[in-house]
Amino acid sequence: MPDSVLVANGQGFWGDSILGPVRLVNEGPLDYLTLDYLAEVTMSIMQKLKGRDPSKGYATDFVTMIRRVMPQCREKGVRIIANAGGVNPHGCREAVMATLSKMGMKGVRVGVVEGDDILEDLPRLMEGGQEFTNMDTGAPLSTVVDRVLSANVYIGAAPIVEALDDGADIVITGRATDPSLVVAPLIHEFGWNLDDYDRLAAATVAGHIVECGAQCTGGNFTGWRNVPDLARIGYPVIEAHPDGSFVVTKHSGTGGLVNRQTVTSQLVYEMGDPTRYITPDVIADFTSIELEESGLDRVSIQGIRGLAPTPTYKVSISYADGYKASGQLVIAGPDAVEKARLCAEIVFERLEMDDCHIPESQRLVEILGTNVCHAGIVPAPKEPAEVVLRIGAKGHDREAIQRFGMEIVPLVTSGPPGVTGFAGGRPKATEVIGYWPALIDKSLITTRVTVEEVS
Amino acid sequence: MPRVSLSRLAYARSGDKGAGSNVGVVALTPEIYEFLKKSLTVSRVKEHFSKICMGPVERYEAPNLLALNFILHDSLGGGGSQSLKSDAQGKTHGLGMLYMELDVPDDLGIPDAE
Repeated sequence: MPDSVLVANGQGFWGDSILGPVRLVNEGPLDYLTLDYLAEVTMSIMQKLKGRDPSKGYATDFVTMIRRVMPQCREKGVRIIANAGGVNPHGCREAVMATLSKMGMKGVRVGVVEGDDILEDLPRLMEGGQEFTNMDTGAPLSTVVDRVLSANVYIGAAPIVEALDDGADIVITGRATDPSLVVAPLIHEFGWNLDDYDRLAAATVAGHIVECGAQCTGGNFTGWRNVPDLARIGYPVIEAHPDGSFVVTKHSGTGGLVNRQTVTSQLVYEMGDPTRYITPDVIADFTSIELEESGLDRVSIQGIRGLAPTPTYKVSISYADGYKASGQLVIAGPDAVEKARLCAEIVFERLEMDDCHIPESQRLVEILGTNVCHAGIVPAPKEPAEVVLRIGAKGHDREAIQRFGMEIVPLVTSGPPGVTGFAGGRPKATEVIGYWPALIDKSLITTRVTVEEVS
Repeated sequence: MPRVSLSRLAYARSGDKGAGSNVGVVALTPEIYEFLKKSLTVSRVKEHFSKICMGPVERYEAPNLLALNFILHDSLGGGGSQSLKSDAQGKTHGLGMLYMELDVPDDLGIPDAE
């Protein structure tokens, strides 16, 4: 068993900088590179892409990234774990293996974890008595079932461990839980049992700290003035030990900051009840975390306690929930705020004239520059020299939302003076994706693992 | 009792949680944590975010992290992708919290800004 294992996360979400993973494999030692591509609504976007082209439906960025990092990964023996598979992990593997084959990377083993996608099984599961009650609202799924776009179970570390045990150099999953991407290699390396809840909780906390990439190394930190060289910010590296203790750090020479405050700031991100952080693997107690600064850009963590996981998996379901559109205009002074208000009134009045009724509860008018984000907390500036008018509407009638989008740009010539900045043109109606969190019995889900070799 | 901004006493981070947001507040010292535990009450926070948070406020404590965690229910104008707001994910609510002004005891011991 190794004394320590180095696990980094190079991608906090689909759209994060490709410099994260590229620099992680180039600028210091590493054993595992994890990449988190999925947010709550990402699966529905991928489902749509797959609908248009059955070979798509995964994070295509991942294939580009593999091309950039694989030579260094192979040289250093870095293994990659990514939930880049979206709703088509097989398609993702095919694209990755084709790329690796072209690069002459014979012998690289690519694993796929499946079983999280239950979209096709929903009717059968509902007939079998699963209600998929919305965890936020208590409503049964039957109320929106004809509009469901995707349904994926948040799976845990166990099947990823299986792929690693089978020698996978790259593991591609669908909707794997973010921290499980870090938990899995530690179980694989240290031989922890799946009921060693304290160690699994420790690894889960490590995974939570790094899951948003640079948000634990000085990114989005309210003490930002003390963070050196944000442009060259280092992505996080976990130095994990067999006893469950670990160090949060980053490669030396990179920018950013790892200290008690930057790590704690990430620990409280997306936090609910700190005594019960629930994943498919374990329930971690964040009030048992002991943190200590143990050197330059090093925070040591130990003492974490965990409990047996719940008998259910969380299911992330998305459904079509109408349409929305928003557009913006720049309004220059004098009297910028007064003119922006008038512009917003004109838009909705003209729509009424054309029998397009958008109820007030479905409208949004924001005059950016007058303290929109912190309304009621700090006073708005009295007379800003210029503002941005952001105006939006939503509803189930696509035509009405589309009609709304056409009535913004005309203000440039038919409204008050000083209206400009309409470079984006007419905003179009886009589909609103509703998010439906639910639970399902673990016994109803079977995961499958396959590992193939590049020839 | 001097009046100071919470930004001199704590760090904060926020993000979306369903149709609400969570705001984690991390105190700079154990003494400040004890003070914030008394002053950052649920009603005080609800009033502070009265134009933003339309639902109830919940509070959790993590003394080992010197952290208080607040859930601001119904604060995003609809959840995630349903919201039309610029800050549909509550990313700025943490900074909004740090604008709060508090009357602090003379001997609280506020670290100098670095």
